[in-house]
Amino acid sequence: MSSCHGSAQATTVLPMAVGVTVALAGQPNVGKSTVFNMLTGLNQHVGNWPGKTVEQRTGICHHDGMDIAIVDLPGTYSLTANSQEELIAREFIITQRPQVVAAIVDAAILERSLYLVAELMALDVPLVIGLNMMDVARQHGLQIEPHVLQAALGVPVIPMTASSGQGVREFIQAIADVASGRIVCTPSKPDIRADHKAVLDELEREIHDSVPVPYPPHWIALKLLEGDPAITEMMQARLDAATWQAIQEILRRHEDAALAIAGGRYEWIGRMVRAAVVQPHGGEVTLTERLDRVATHPLWGMAVLSVILALIFGLTYALGEPIQKWLEQTVVGGAASLAATGLASAPRWLSGLIIDGVIGGAGTVLTFTPILVIFFAALAVLEDIGYMARAAYVMDRFMHPMGLHGKSFLPLFLGFGCNVPSVQGTRIIEEPRARLLTILLAPLVPCTARMAVVAFIAPLFFGQAATIVSWGLIMFSLVVLAVLGFILSKTILRGEPLAFIMELPLYHRPHLRNIALLVWQRSLAFVRRAGTIILVVSVLVWALSWLPNGHIETSFLAMAGRALAPLGAAMGLPWTVMVALLASFPAKENAIAILGVLLAPGEGGLGATLQGMLTPSAALAYLVVQVLFIPCMATVATIRQETNSLRWTMANVVMLLVISFVAGIGVYQLLQAIFAWA
Amino acid sequence: MDGPGTASLVSVCPLAALSAQDSGTIVSLQGGRGFVSRLAALGFIPGARLTVVQNYGHGPLIVLIRQTRVALGRNEANRILVQKEAQQ
Repeated sequence: MSSCHGSAQATTVLPMAVGVTVALAGQPNVGKSTVFNMLTGLNQHVGNWPGKTVEQRTGICHHDGMDIAIVDLPGTYSLTANSQEELIAREFIITQRPQVVAAIVDAAILERSLYLVAELMALDVPLVIGLNMMDVARQHGLQIEPHVLQAALGVPVIPMTASSGQGVREFIQAIADVASGRIVCTPSKPDIRADHKAVLDELEREIHDSVPVPYPPHWIALKLLEGDPAITEMMQARLDAATWQAIQEILRRHEDAALAIAGGRYEWIGRMVRAAVVQPHGGEVTLTERLDRVATHPLWGMAVLSVILALIFGLTYALGEPIQKWLEQTVVGGAASLAATGLASAPRWLSGLIIDGVIGGAGTVLTFTPILVIFFAALAVLEDIGYMARAAYVMDRFMHPMGLHGKSFLPLFLGFGCNVPSVQGTRIIEEPRARLLTILLAPLVPCTARMAVVAFIAPLFFGQAATIVSWGLIMFSLVVLAVLGFILSKTILRGEPLAFIMELPLYHRPHLRNIALLVWQRSLAFVRRAGTIILVVSVLVWALSWLPNGHIETSFLAMAGRALAPLGAAMGLPWTVMVALLASFPAKENAIAILGVLLAPGEGGLGATLQGMLTPSAALAYLVVQVLFIPCMATVATIRQETNSLRWTMANVVMLLVISFVAGIGVYQLLQAIFAWA
Repeated sequence: MDGPGTASLVSVCPLAALSAQDSGTIVSLQGGRGFVSRLAALGFIPGARLTVVQNYGHGPLIVLIRQTRVALGRNEANRILVQKEAQQ
């Protein structure tokens, strides 16, 4: 009996460390993650592909006494380098030479999902095909004969329904058999049309001696003919000018070759499936069709999306916020007072470091975990059942003026919970320019921590109108986001209009296992971050508030605040508020805590002190700046990581600094002018 | 294999000009290498048959091709030329 998961073995075993390495390939939405989770369970490691911002998942499956390392390749429709994902997938197969490439195809959309298999065949790797979603195919009335398909393709084809575990054991058995040589494949490769065969041979002859190991020369020739940008660049660098000239000449004569080659693959697929599949006569209205009549309708679709978003907000605030508050007051507050008692005799700097730096900074950031878990879970469910693509579809028309398209809506929406997953979520956007633009705009979505400050300040100054002011601030940031997007996409991030091409997968019941794993991994990543970088910066900011002499009023932080006093004066804000703004960098809601320390409020508490200190116009200006201000350090660190550029990160910070102060000064001066006139 | 015997082919037009429920056969893709390559991988190649599922005359549209629903921006749909089948 094989046990494919639940082992206590270390989860970070690299593929090289064990006997057999298997690459799991497949197009998006074919259930590849489900198969991967079934095979590896919790025995998986999530990281990044070396040097890339694409998630890499590897895992170990124990089968019949054999340790099989499984590398989950990014889901791609083809192996032509249109995106980082496609490049990663094919580079892994070619350079790491896994013993077996296991390709998952969707039985319900067999022709299209075999396209990737047609590309894999050209790479001469031992293949095993998992014919997934047999249940969906049956529901659609498709009759598929896996053994007929297997005979046609010349590689093992294993029918499976991964969501219920059916066929998974047979699948891993076939992988093991191919890896150990018990099954020898005799793949029937897609052939090239006669008129291109000659060109391909000619190309291969020209380049043969210059192709670096381990790339197969015939594959390189094929990719050159297809106009693959990465391969073209690689070969241009390796060939002398004369040969390259000759190759360019050949390629120019066959500019239509890319479509002809793709067409050839689909012809081959047509031949492979002809005998294996009986199509229904159809006309039947599917569940997806019925749901989409509402979910993708321009009007009803928006209504559905609004209701779903309102539900997620409701759930987050009704469930997540009380837990966050409780954690903040009871756990963090409790830990702080416990530490205060325990460190009573310790030097004052040590208790300050522990209580204000570690517990107050990183500890407070951690209290936001429940809110994120709820957000992650809600979004994972929507993603898993297939709704997310519909949300992107209905939002598409609203994103174009910002130089973006529908896909950017999803990560930006995540930002209402926390900007960190929002910046990471931009990975779903293929075009680098659109992804960068989305990252730069992400901090303008007001997160829960910023709204917590608003929720504290607004009622003090605006009483009954506090809710309207809060909504106004959210709307204001979104308007700023749209305007900034519009400007950036017309200036420094100008480019061709983006192509919005997105599969709308069939709806299906949520797979709890996939969702739970996803939420667990994402939450864990956030907690890890809080334990590392956020901790470091919290301590740093605390040190600035302590040094040089142990009093915040005369600290470096206060000096910086005083230096900013003239800027503050333009918004009616004293230097103490400027310090609070600076100190909100580790965690936004720190602003309140710092004000508490600086103002040493008397009888009426911090609220009364603030009311006596600021005019309503100054308070509004402060809230505007606070909402638009540079994102918290966790977000800045994530931006640095995801853009892989310090320059863009700094540019973003400067952009937001300027925008927030200009907006704050504008609001204050405008209100002053109005009051003076009135 | 793509031309159904019952429908007759009438005219070539951008995919965006087709209404919901209309079917057609792709004639050509107008665009750069990356655009053509991404579409080809999804099965959008000359000769392939598709059906428009949704098209409200503005915003993106949905087409059914090789049993898959694909959302396309209006710009993209304007760069795919199709031969429309006459409706029965």
